[in-house]
Amino acid sequence: MSDTHASSVAFVRETAIEPAPPPATETGLIKWVRENLFSSTMNSILTVLSILAVYYLLTLLLPWIMNGVWDASSIRECREKLDGATGGCFAVLAERWHQLVFGRYPQDSYWRPMLAFVLMFAAFAPVLFSNLPRKLLIGTALFPFVAYWLVWGGSVLVPVAVLLGFVAGYLVYSRLVDQSFAMGFVGGVVAAILFWWASGFVVTEDASFMSLPAVESRDIGGFMLNLILGVVCLSVSLPLGIALALGRQSSMPIIKFFSVIFIEFIRGVPLITLLFVANVVLAYFLPPGSNFDLILRVMIMITLFASAYIAEVIRGGLAALPRGQYEAGDSLGLDYSQSMRLIILPQALKISIPGIVNVAVGLFKDTTLVSVISMFDLVGMVRGPILASTDWNGVYWELFGFAALLFFVFCYGISQYSQWLERQLQTDHR
Amino acid sequence: MAMTDTAPARTDANISDEIAISIENMNKWFGTFHVLRDIDLTVNRGERIVICGPSGSGKSTLIRCINALEEHQKGKITVDGTVLSSDIKNIDTIRSEVGMVFQHFNLFPHLTILENCTLAPIWVRKTPKREAEETAMHFLTKVKIPEQANKYPGQLSGGQQQRVAIARSLCMRPRIMLFDEPTSALDPEMIKEVLDTMIELAEEGMTMLCVTHEMGFARQVANRVIFMDEGQIVEQNEPEEFFNNPKSDRTKLFLSQILGH
Ligand SMILES: Nc1ncnc2c1ncn2[C@@H]1O[C@H](COP(=O)(O)OP(=O)(O)OP(=O)(O)O)[C@@H](O)[C@H]1O
Ligand SMILES: [Mg+2]
Repeated sequence: MSDTHASSVAFVRETAIEPAPPPATETGLIKWVRENLFSSTMNSILTVLSILAVYYLLTLLLPWIMNGVWDASSIRECREKLDGATGGCFAVLAERWHQLVFGRYPQDSYWRPMLAFVLMFAAFAPVLFSNLPRKLLIGTALFPFVAYWLVWGGSVLVPVAVLLGFVAGYLVYSRLVDQSFAMGFVGGVVAAILFWWASGFVVTEDASFMSLPAVESRDIGGFMLNLILGVVCLSVSLPLGIALALGRQSSMPIIKFFSVIFIEFIRGVPLITLLFVANVVLAYFLPPGSNFDLILRVMIMITLFASAYIAEVIRGGLAALPRGQYEAGDSLGLDYSQSMRLIILPQALKISIPGIVNVAVGLFKDTTLVSVISMFDLVGMVRGPILASTDWNGVYWELFGFAALLFFVFCYGISQYSQWLERQLQTDHR
Repeated sequence: MAMTDTAPARTDANISDEIAISIENMNKWFGTFHVLRDIDLTVNRGERIVICGPSGSGKSTLIRCINALEEHQKGKITVDGTVLSSDIKNIDTIRSEVGMVFQHFNLFPHLTILENCTLAPIWVRKTPKREAEETAMHFLTKVKIPEQANKYPGQLSGGQQQRVAIARSLCMRPRIMLFDEPTSALDPEMIKEVLDTMIELAEEGMTMLCVTHEMGFARQVANRVIFMDEGQIVEQNEPEEFFNNPKSDRTKLFLSQILGH
């Protein structure tokens, strides 16, 4: 305090006391722990129990992982190296990774599915992220044909002919659709089929043109097969599911009837039954000697299965929209397809995202069921060739743990994406 | 609403002899329930008509029949020279000429205000996007909310949403506007802003059919007030006559109920 003021005024504050740090109980970690872990007796007990449980699990898991043997040629060698200590025999993953991931795919061609896998991300990007330029969707449309050619090989003419058939169908459709939708649709389908039939001659004529070594469907396996089945079936079943959901709401009795019958029938049958049908029963109906690819048959079944579920999820979304939305679209003069595409579906699909993701994740995991009809997907590979071999008979934990981890990574990714998407689409109460 | 009787003089010069809507002997049933009975109504171009009546009397159903949101079973409706049939193309044509404003706004919540206004012009009228946006801004300015153009409906107040709904209809440049209780879902302080917008529209000579219980609005802008009960048009008259000398007992009862307190 200075003298000048001290004489005239009783008290003058010239320096402020430094702000004191809050008591330790109010800051950072300690505060958080008190509030979140020990806020009540019950909470404290639960916290302690959880810590004990985590500790117990780690004491089991950590040595198993840390002591793991990565370099051995059989389970016996693993055991010798471990010499009685706990430890995983991860050598099986190191030795058999190519079977787990690619099945019996020719080793010198691994670059082909890998390239297709990388391209897949590029192809999905404009679909998943709407802020990317729309022109990239052309790449998305071409991707299935490129991917087919890369994975299955053979002449490039086959996928090109299929693609051109779609283009021809679309051109005819867009010409006729002005007159009536039904005419355009039928015309388009007929044009595409005619084109495919005609191009069949050209393709068989010159089967070696720009061809990659062909790979048999039965050699495609491992996690790659799960991915192919999951991605293809989901991509096809989503539009199919939308169509079925709209069909079920349709005012046209025949369309409505068939949609309901289809959905109810498919939902009432276990997927595994459908897979057996694909595997065995379909063979009786096909002309003998016709080689209707098993993977294709399975894809059709899984797609039908998923589309019925997706249709029901989307129907829920459609039902959640107030009738006023339909009426507003109608009163502005939008026609049926416009109001569906621009008003109803964007909102209904947004509501349905959690349900669709649920179906997607479930479906992706269900692709492992194909191991039951002796296809060698990831689980089929583990159960079949690997566990049955004398070298690796008995390494369950490592193999199934690896399978679980792979599936978890992908499913978690899907779920994270969907949550991000929901936040992006949140426009009601920002 | 506090709206005085000394309202600005009605611009009756706007009314032409041309017929905008003609409804002849129209009947409608919901199942076996006879909602509209023998409705006859002619609306000239530029006329502003207010429809009132007790709840359930069929007011909404009547104006929804005009743009085919409800299908009528008997009789003939002619809108702007086009006879309403069940042909979808014909219905879409009429709908794009007739604007409609709903009680609950029915804006599209996933689109911005601007996109709400440009959607139909772009897809139905095939207007280039730039031009549609200019038109939309013009009408948003007119309803006095151009600054909200890039927000979403959920971020606006009820009154603002209803004005957007009006602008959205106007962007289609309709020749007739239908209003179904546009202010009855609004808080009192927001009613005025919506009514002001509607009054402005009326003064410009828009043909309007308006279901409302805002009697101040009826006195100020209507050429004709129609009273409906049990699916019938019971009485119609100029507003002054209608309010001061109601003819039928039902009208008197209705008026005493809504004006009495
Ligand atoms: N979709 C429908 N199906 C069956 N009955 C209906 C339907 N819509 C309306 N109604 C009935 O038709 C009658 C007239 O309904 P409307 O909505 O036209 O009445 P309103 O005069 O507009 O009444 P409010 O003032 O309450 O809006 C009512 O009795 C109603 O219950
Ligand atoms: Mg009503």
